[in-house]
Amino acid sequence: MDDRAGPQTVSIATRPRRRFLGALCVILSVGFFLGSGLVTSASAQESDSESVTAETETATENTSAPEQSLKGRLQDLERNGVEGVVISVTTEDGTEVGSDTSNANGEWQVSLPEEGTYVVSIDESTLPDDLTLRDSTKASLTIGVRAGQDKNALFALNDGEGSDGRVSVSRLNRLSNLAAEGVKFGFMIALAALGLSLVFGVTNLVNFAHGELLAFGAITAFWLERGIGPIPAMPLLLAVVGAVILAGGLGTLFEKGVFGPVRARGSGDIAAMIISIGLALVVRHLYLILFGSRAQFYRGYRLQSTYSIGPVSLTPKSWFIIVIAGAVLLAFGWALQNTRIGTAMRAVSANKDLANSSGIDVNRVVMATWFVGSALAGLAGAMFGLAESIQWNMGYELLLFIFAAVVLGGLGTAYGAMLGGLVVGLVTQLSTYWFPSQMKLMFALVVLVVILIFRPSGILGLKERFG
Amino acid sequence: MEVLLKILADALRSAVGVQAAAYALAAIGLNIHFGFTGLINFGHIAFMAVGAYATAISVDLGLSLWLAVPMGIVASILLALLLGLPTLRLRAEFLAITTIAVGEIIRILVRSSALEQWTGGVFGIQGFADEFFDLNPFSGTYGIWRVTFNARSMWVMTVTWALVALSMALVWALMRAPFGRVLKAIREDEDAARALGKNVFSFKIQSLCLGGVIGALAGIMLAFEAQAVVPDRYLPQTTFFVWTVMILGGTASVWGPIAGSVIFWFLISATEGLLRQGITNGVIPDWLLSSQQVAAVRFILVGLVLMVLMVWRPQGVFGKREEVLIGAQ
Repeated sequence: MDDRAGPQTVSIATRPRRRFLGALCVILSVGFFLGSGLVTSASAQESDSESVTAETETATENTSAPEQSLKGRLQDLERNGVEGVVISVTTEDGTEVGSDTSNANGEWQVSLPEEGTYVVSIDESTLPDDLTLRDSTKASLTIGVRAGQDKNALFALNDGEGSDGRVSVSRLNRLSNLAAEGVKFGFMIALAALGLSLVFGVTNLVNFAHGELLAFGAITAFWLERGIGPIPAMPLLLAVVGAVILAGGLGTLFEKGVFGPVRARGSGDIAAMIISIGLALVVRHLYLILFGSRAQFYRGYRLQSTYSIGPVSLTPKSWFIIVIAGAVLLAFGWALQNTRIGTAMRAVSANKDLANSSGIDVNRVVMATWFVGSALAGLAGAMFGLAESIQWNMGYELLLFIFAAVVLGGLGTAYGAMLGGLVVGLVTQLSTYWFPSQMKLMFALVVLVVILIFRPSGILGLKERFG
Repeated sequence: MEVLLKILADALRSAVGVQAAAYALAAIGLNIHFGFTGLINFGHIAFMAVGAYATAISVDLGLSLWLAVPMGIVASILLALLLGLPTLRLRAEFLAITTIAVGEIIRILVRSSALEQWTGGVFGIQGFADEFFDLNPFSGTYGIWRVTFNARSMWVMTVTWALVALSMALVWALMRAPFGRVLKAIREDEDAARALGKNVFSFKIQSLCLGGVIGALAGIMLAFEAQAVVPDRYLPQTTFFVWTVMILGGTASVWGPIAGSVIFWFLISATEGLLRQGITNGVIPDWLLSSQQVAAVRFILVGLVLMVLMVWRPQGVFGKREEVLIGAQ
């Protein structure tokens, strides 16, 4: 373990403290500079994800005003608010507490006299004709509310046909569509996993901040597409290219400012891993402040009708993602084998000291790997943003999928990460055929744990990597 | 001045409050895993969740609370065995990833509609700790200066801090005993311990169970305080908060978790109080930070503390540098 900080790192070990601090300041100030220009959506702290709800809840409790309420937002599939729907709240024994009609933004709120358990009901007859409840048994919800809490009650709405409408799609079509979605998801995960795996290979760092690089790609592409500060709005494709390069830059900044100096100080791998957790917390919540908690979408390629090849119907942008991601993965597979830098990366990954003594500039290779790995994560992020939505915590939500892919394929093996990504993508998407989609992460993680138990080196991993 | 005193009082209140006590308890458990044995457990929240949920479900099924709490403890031991038996032979990073994965698996399971009839799904289980509060001997408010607590908080605090003291005494005694020395030997050099004839695997499992039980107690006390178990309280970031508490206080030190927790919650509460005040007064302009965003600053602060500690003072306040597995070599 001690010999890892080979001779080439000793020279920069003299002033790591100042470098670390300096880089931290740069990261923070760049963040605030970016943010100061365009915090438009941040003030609307709409809770689109549960973790945000939890945070705002604690915030409300801290002010210790004993006001509590039930609230919610009704939205259609395009996330537009649904107006004029009557929501009523009663106590458990049926005493009327209050009611509200949703406003133009779909929001409603009923304040409550005291903490307790309440029944919230939606009046289905006041819904617009083209919308129904997704689950008609959930027209009334029983919810416990504590003192001072503003609790969300969720009514999910669907287009006219409701859940029965899907029955008309044949089982084969659904399965093949899910498999195609799985390939798409898997390719995107594979891109990010490849980056994580490459970085682990050359630095032995399990980078918990990798998800934040992914989110950086998505968020930067969003900002570039809309135009930010002096930079004018641009087409999405151009914005993605810019975001990918900037994500690579952020990755090298991580290495130059944080992980490089930390290694130079002689801190262990575990210390670096914990530092990456701290870095991820910092960066992710800077996104929350700068980007806001709402899910956003790119302007380009928003609504598309599906295009069928055989039994598979996907939107053109999904086809596009599959093709591009697949091509990038293939290109990297080729480049790792056939280019100088690819060979150098594999050499450093296999044995740093030997690579160093064979005349490979290890520091340069490490930098290049960080750049490439982070750029790949940024690309994956922009693709996720296009395929689904852009959220401040998207990197964190995807991180465990990425870990699953990396470990599944074999930590530190590039081809393993690609294979692992594909497996994870297929397993998680196909699981939604039988199980609710909120559980798909669980299936990825179960596969991860099972693989670790029976083949801890992963599918393509080498035995000798493990002690 | 008045305002600053109020912020100070609030910060002191949270530094000795239920959260601080519960995090100290959780950190004592984690310290057994990581500080003394060197196991990287990133899924400590799983023990807290399993303890709390097993207790709440048992009460929900009609068991007395005093039988339900032992059920929670048993459940956390089962989790430790389930987690440890297959994964303790893996290298350190894999244990880290597996534990964080198991924590998420448990959260998703208790949240899922499939188990809703037992776990209450997204909404969890409320109001299961009435028997605990029936025993509350306190009435009225207590406190020194402006740092006051109502009877309910006093009761939860007293019990939680008592548990902290008990666990601390246990850790102190165990780590002086041969058992503790073996754990430290495993942390320092697993192969050496094995060569001396110690059953490393069995010791690691025992460490995992012991720390897990203490973590479960912390989870149970937090659930008592809230009178609720809700799945989305059991996010992985709580684990990282506990890690920060442990590292701040000093890994492998007996007093560390308590000092860490008190400092941690004081810092968080004071920062948030100052920021909120600054925003209300207009000292901090709205474009920079709005009052809704203050909650995010807490996480940024935790991240910074974690990074800075790991770089410059991995032994925290009370730890010994040579005892820190992860520190500079």
